[in-house]
Amino acid sequence: MSERLAHFVSEAPFDPLEVETLTAEQERFYMASQWRMMWWRLKRHRLAVIAGLALVLSYFSILITEVLAPYDLHTRNIDHIYAPPQLVHFFHEDRFVGPFVYGFDYTLNLEILKKEYVPNPAKVQRLRFFCRGDDYVFWGLIEGDRHLVCPAEGGTMFLLGTDRLGRDMASRLLYAGRISLTVGLFGIAISFLLGITFGGVAGFFGGWVDNVVQRMIEILRSLPELPLWMALSAALPVTWSPILVFFAITIILGLLDWPGLARAVRSKLLALREEDYCAAAQLLGARPSRVIARHLLPNFMSHLIASATLSIPSMILGETALSFLGLGLRPPVTSFGVLLTEAQNIEAVALYPWLMLPMLPVVVTVLGFNFLGDGLRDAADPYAEL
Amino acid sequence: MFGYLVRRVLTMILTLVVVSALVFVIIQLPPGDYLTSYIDELQSQGEIVPAAKIEFLRSHYGLDRPLIEQYWIWVTGLIQGDLGYSFEFSLPVTDVVGDRLLLTMVLNFSTILFIYVVAFPIGVYSATHQYSWGDHGLTLIGFLGLATPNFLLALVLLYLANVWFGTSIGGLMAPEYLEQPWSIGKALSVLEHLWVPVVVIGTSGTAGMIRRLRANLLDELRKQYVVTGRAKGLPTGRLLLKYPLRMALNPFVADIGSLLPQVVSGSVIVSAVMSLPTTGPILLSALQSQDMYLAGSFLMFLALLTVMGIFLSDILLTALDPRIRLQGGVQR
Repeated sequence: MSERLAHFVSEAPFDPLEVETLTAEQERFYMASQWRMMWWRLKRHRLAVIAGLALVLSYFSILITEVLAPYDLHTRNIDHIYAPPQLVHFFHEDRFVGPFVYGFDYTLNLEILKKEYVPNPAKVQRLRFFCRGDDYVFWGLIEGDRHLVCPAEGGTMFLLGTDRLGRDMASRLLYAGRISLTVGLFGIAISFLLGITFGGVAGFFGGWVDNVVQRMIEILRSLPELPLWMALSAALPVTWSPILVFFAITIILGLLDWPGLARAVRSKLLALREEDYCAAAQLLGARPSRVIARHLLPNFMSHLIASATLSIPSMILGETALSFLGLGLRPPVTSFGVLLTEAQNIEAVALYPWLMLPMLPVVVTVLGFNFLGDGLRDAADPYAEL
Repeated sequence: MFGYLVRRVLTMILTLVVVSALVFVIIQLPPGDYLTSYIDELQSQGEIVPAAKIEFLRSHYGLDRPLIEQYWIWVTGLIQGDLGYSFEFSLPVTDVVGDRLLLTMVLNFSTILFIYVVAFPIGVYSATHQYSWGDHGLTLIGFLGLATPNFLLALVLLYLANVWFGTSIGGLMAPEYLEQPWSIGKALSVLEHLWVPVVVIGTSGTAGMIRRLRANLLDELRKQYVVTGRAKGLPTGRLLLKYPLRMALNPFVADIGSLLPQVVSGSVIVSAVMSLPTTGPILLSALQSQDMYLAGSFLMFLALLTVMGIFLSDILLTALDPRIRLQGGVQR
């Protein structure tokens, strides 16, 4: 009745993509790595991309501060103390002359003892580009005197005004950015290290280790951060050099910030250590440090980076606050907070409001990190549905 | 509930012990003991320090004894209300502090109150009117509020008040009440001056709170029981108040744990900028002159304030939310 069918083998070569051939485009999409997918997801977050670009630009600018800043950090212009910001003009008497500023006429208002500077339209001072200006030592290594932009010979260019010693605010802001922006990075590196170590140990071993770390986290989180920072930095010996103080401050900032990260690491590890691949690695004889760093952490590295981005602002703000109060960095090291100490004298600020300008970069940086962090957090899990 | 209370009180005491040890370490951090630096300072000013005074201080604070013993003396002193001795003022700390502790508590409490009162309606509005112009505008303001550090905000306000009104908005009461005993007039004057620092300190907390409340409420509003309620024809206001809002309120109370340290931190620096008669400026000057006993007592007080606040909010939370298990232990 039933005849057995002959064994059939197709002669055609086997092609797994026969049913559905992937175009190059599709292949790129399906084979994309996790990081590439995160990048795609991040790109859709318009605000985060803009913030990221702004941050990249500002971090790039601190690499070449010496060239960007028209003056040196400490150059004093004793003829121009508390000079107001000079506007850059392009047209003089309806004639195009290129970028220039008007020179100042100086009078002292004896009634309120205010130094008054009036732009004089007769003094047209054309800006020079790629010019020779104040000497500097680039990153403390290479001597140079080339600047991107300088004032005219014998002229001035205070785009953001000058301070009580006649130092150019714009240049000082650029130099301050170098310190303030790196404080955040150093601090977060320390806090990252501590957070991963403590969180990793607590989550991986559990038991009493976990208990101890948990209590530590709880105690640290229930303390007001700023007064502790203040106390710790006040305890730094006065004899330390400013550079040493800078590193000490970053360590202090990082020392109190790790509990949030440690908590995240711990809760993830508690769940992940039960996975089979983790047990396999252990059976193969991997030490805990290797299992944690090699097999467990990469699972949620993206989340960690996102939350680290979100906590950089608190470091920058902490440094600004400490320096502002006079407990943090000390001149000649200059940060936004150090610049803002000048603004503590409210009478001076009322007469010369541009002393408050260092606030702007602080707010912009903090906003930037917040937007970027929000975008990264959304992108951190690229497989989730939107 | 009683067992939970006891356990919670015990952990709080443990926390405070650890904190006090931490604070004591900080007090000891500057090289040399504080008495030597104090004597150095006096001698550099050409003053002669009476040997009897040095002897008295040294034995009173047990500076000649081992560290553990010193710590013990300090802590037992704290418990008995002896906050130590301020070298800068040459007075016991308790006399330096005066009203400041009370005013600090008033300031912090009013700020928390302000944050709740403002964040609540705005958060609800933002969530119920998601993506409306009002919501976008409030979100933007919230972001700015989060990004502007409160001491800078204080500075801007001081500047504006100086330029526009020619007055100073610093201080917490009219000048004529400064050294006066408490009276109705003084209390009213404090209330009058209180709102500026409260707004300044509360801004970032409010912004954060609005964002969290909005997110929580949005999550709840998308759930099925809300749809069901709406389908049954419940009036919008009642539907909102009766179910989703109650669910969203939970983190509102729990958040005090993170809010309180933030507010206390903020109040310290804002007080220093606006020269309010709270613990902030004295803490700052004590730290600057390394008057460590005074600073330590203030630190301890601030920590006590936050730990107590968090304790109270935990108790409140368990009372509010029947779902919270008191026995602890994760069931897997």
